[in-house]
Amino acid sequence: MSESAPILEINKINKYFPGVRALFNVDFRLFKGEVHTIMGQNGAGKSTLVKVLTGVHKHDSGEMLLEGKSIRPDSPLAAQKLGISTVYQEINLCPNLSVAENIFVGRQPMKLGRIDWKELNHRAEEALSRLHISIDVTQLLSSYSIAIQQMVAIVRVLDVSSKILVLDEPTSSLDETEVEQLFKVIRKLRDDGLAILFITHFLDQTYRISDRITILRNGELVGEFKTEALPKLELIAKMLGKELSEFSYDITGGESRKEITGADREAKNLLQVKELGLRGRIAPFSLDLDEGEVLGLAGLLGSGRTEMARLIFGIEVANRGEIHVRGKKKDINAPRAAMLAGMGFCSEDRKNEGVFSELTVRENIILALQGARGIFRYIPKKKQLEIADELIKSLDIKTPSANNEAGQLSGGNQQKLMLARWLATNPFILILDEPTRGIDVGAKVEVMELVLNLSRQGMGVIFISSEFEELIRCSTKIAVLKDKEKIAELSGEEMSESGIMHAIAGGK
Amino acid sequence: MLKALNRSKILWPLVALAILLLFNLFFTPNFFRMEIMEGHLFGNLIDIIKNAAPIMLLAIGLTLVIATHGIDISVGSVVAISAGVVAMLIGGDLEGNTRFPIAFAMAVALLVCTTAGMWNGMLVSRIGMQPIVATLILFVAGRGIAMVTTNAMVIWLYAEPFAYLGQGYLLGLPFSIYIVVFLLLATFLATRKTALGMFIEAVGINPTATRFAGINSKNILFGVYAFSGFCAGVSGLIVCSTVMSADGNNAGNLFELDAILAVVLGGTSLNGGRFFLLGSMVGALIIQTLTTTIYAFNVPPEISQVVKALVVYGVSLLQSDRLQVALAGVLGRREAA
Repeated sequence: MSESAPILEINKINKYFPGVRALFNVDFRLFKGEVHTIMGQNGAGKSTLVKVLTGVHKHDSGEMLLEGKSIRPDSPLAAQKLGISTVYQEINLCPNLSVAENIFVGRQPMKLGRIDWKELNHRAEEALSRLHISIDVTQLLSSYSIAIQQMVAIVRVLDVSSKILVLDEPTSSLDETEVEQLFKVIRKLRDDGLAILFITHFLDQTYRISDRITILRNGELVGEFKTEALPKLELIAKMLGKELSEFSYDITGGESRKEITGADREAKNLLQVKELGLRGRIAPFSLDLDEGEVLGLAGLLGSGRTEMARLIFGIEVANRGEIHVRGKKKDINAPRAAMLAGMGFCSEDRKNEGVFSELTVRENIILALQGARGIFRYIPKKKQLEIADELIKSLDIKTPSANNEAGQLSGGNQQKLMLARWLATNPFILILDEPTRGIDVGAKVEVMELVLNLSRQGMGVIFISSEFEELIRCSTKIAVLKDKEKIAELSGEEMSESGIMHAIAGGK
Repeated sequence: MLKALNRSKILWPLVALAILLLFNLFFTPNFFRMEIMEGHLFGNLIDIIKNAAPIMLLAIGLTLVIATHGIDISVGSVVAISAGVVAMLIGGDLEGNTRFPIAFAMAVALLVCTTAGMWNGMLVSRIGMQPIVATLILFVAGRGIAMVTTNAMVIWLYAEPFAYLGQGYLLGLPFSIYIVVFLLLATFLATRKTALGMFIEAVGINPTATRFAGINSKNILFGVYAFSGFCAGVSGLIVCSTVMSADGNNAGNLFELDAILAVVLGGTSLNGGRFFLLGSMVGALIIQTLTTTIYAFNVPPEISQVVKALVVYGVSLLQSDRLQVALAGVLGRREAA
């Protein structure tokens, strides 16, 4: 790597948020004429690094050198003036203005105190044609596809002084042909000598577009690699923080779930999902869930696990496909419909989508059951207390009493509280989205044991976790997702960390 | 006992009311005097409850709306609509002859007001409008509708039986008090003896989680706004009957502010969640006691609003968590968290 000096050099940068170390001694380099991708799991520090670079956050220590000069932008505007142009994930444009207006808003060419429309449109056309895009710039922005809008956003932030272009998840709402369109533009800009920093969750896209990859994990730098020198499998291993050699042995010592599947082939089918999909959220997928099965959903963050769960539970409504519960076709168009069909769902976002912190533990537990019964078939207080006390005892929820506010419980106990809410409704299908996230190790084990117990009693469980180890321990089969698509289903011997890794990497 | 009172949030509004009454005991001569004339009770206390009745009725509906993290600022205008409709249907015949039967006129007025509430509920729950914007529409348009019903004039009513609602007495007490108690009791039973109260609080605390728990939060929202419209309708009937006239411009003017204040003074947070019907009633009584006190003291009208504001400020302060913690610390009976 004997290139010229990097245009951007970040040395030993640190950033702390209250109670969190977001970046720890991170180094980063960016060269002219290359596309550099930052990769990492959720919370790895990708977005913090970008925000420090673009002036949204200020770093606590370390230095940033732009063309050898130390910089410390204190606002996005300051960063833009330094030549760091950023296109954020959500397009910050006005759909009700024309393309040309969007490009030049705030810096319109003026003539005699009025906007020079001719000049404005002309310049807009010129700017777009540099990227080989020819469209009618006087049309409303909203009349064009998201991909074109994305490019307009790029053109807007680029000007003569731009040295670095930061693209934050630009492809998340694009379809395949649109992505290719965008990549063409990115390659063109790269060849013109721009330094491009690209952030994405999509593995395949990383390999298609980037020249160099930097991996972060838990706020620390894992390493910087030339794309061609980093096999996909190794990239995944580094993102997750496992040595490649670790994948070569299977966890056979741990509790294996194979006995259950093998023993009872008579098990009745609980849930059958046929080609369920929603454009822009997740590609059509099919699933089967029998009595006593635990179906694990594996994949990297943003791979579509949550979308899958939400589609099944009717939080988002599929625009194609069918759901059959116990052999009967069900029209699941709302969580209520899913609940009445016999499902329960614990969201990954406990705080905003699960726990009612100002209601009592008893009310939190009883709510879904009461919801199923409706307003008038009121469960008397005494009965409520009985149900709550029983679940508090069987799930070992640590609370002074059933009448304490749920907000006072610890994360692990709140998680169990949500499980209790659904168990009270006596579902036969339970969907758990990251039930082990953000709770301590002891609680994790308890939650997993609970999942195993429920499945032994015949419940069908869909279990989402970022920890492959947990999935393997709990699941009877594992569906693997990548880039919003179900790509494989593993069972039996294939269920191993290396098996999942290989499936995600796309090669066996 | 004290702890239970504190938790139910009714303690501090009651303390505030007691202080106000105590003040009057010492400084307002004859404030507590009661007389029995023609078998009816008369006196300042009776007047306070009687005059507070319209606000109390509004506060019942508003308590539920505010518990869902909403607000309904159209209730004052709906009061005017109710008065206008009932007056139009009864008619201003000097002989006291009615155009339609009084019961029919009242039923139609209530129906119209409930529909107005449903309109609010539709905007908030189905279209997803912000409650203050959605009800602002009716706040403005409602006055216009009321003006149309009264033909932009003040309609005077002479049908004696209708006066009973706002001026009559039953067993020595003003009839309007019975209406308030009845509606309060009915609402209490409907929310606390069914799951409705819990659902309302759940929607106010966390609408997403409520939906995920399989509860149709849209219907809950729709329902509370419709009910608030109904309550405003009842309130309007009493207002109209008390003065035996309907004035599209002034009936119920600024009532919404007093009613919201009553709910907040009663301990229900504008952030939604836990609601306290009885607290709202005490809140309305505080406001009315204050008004009566100010009149009794002959406070010059130019500063009476300032006095009112100062007292409200004090009561709100009494209710703030921080001050309560500080107070409790001083009194040395701080509960372990």
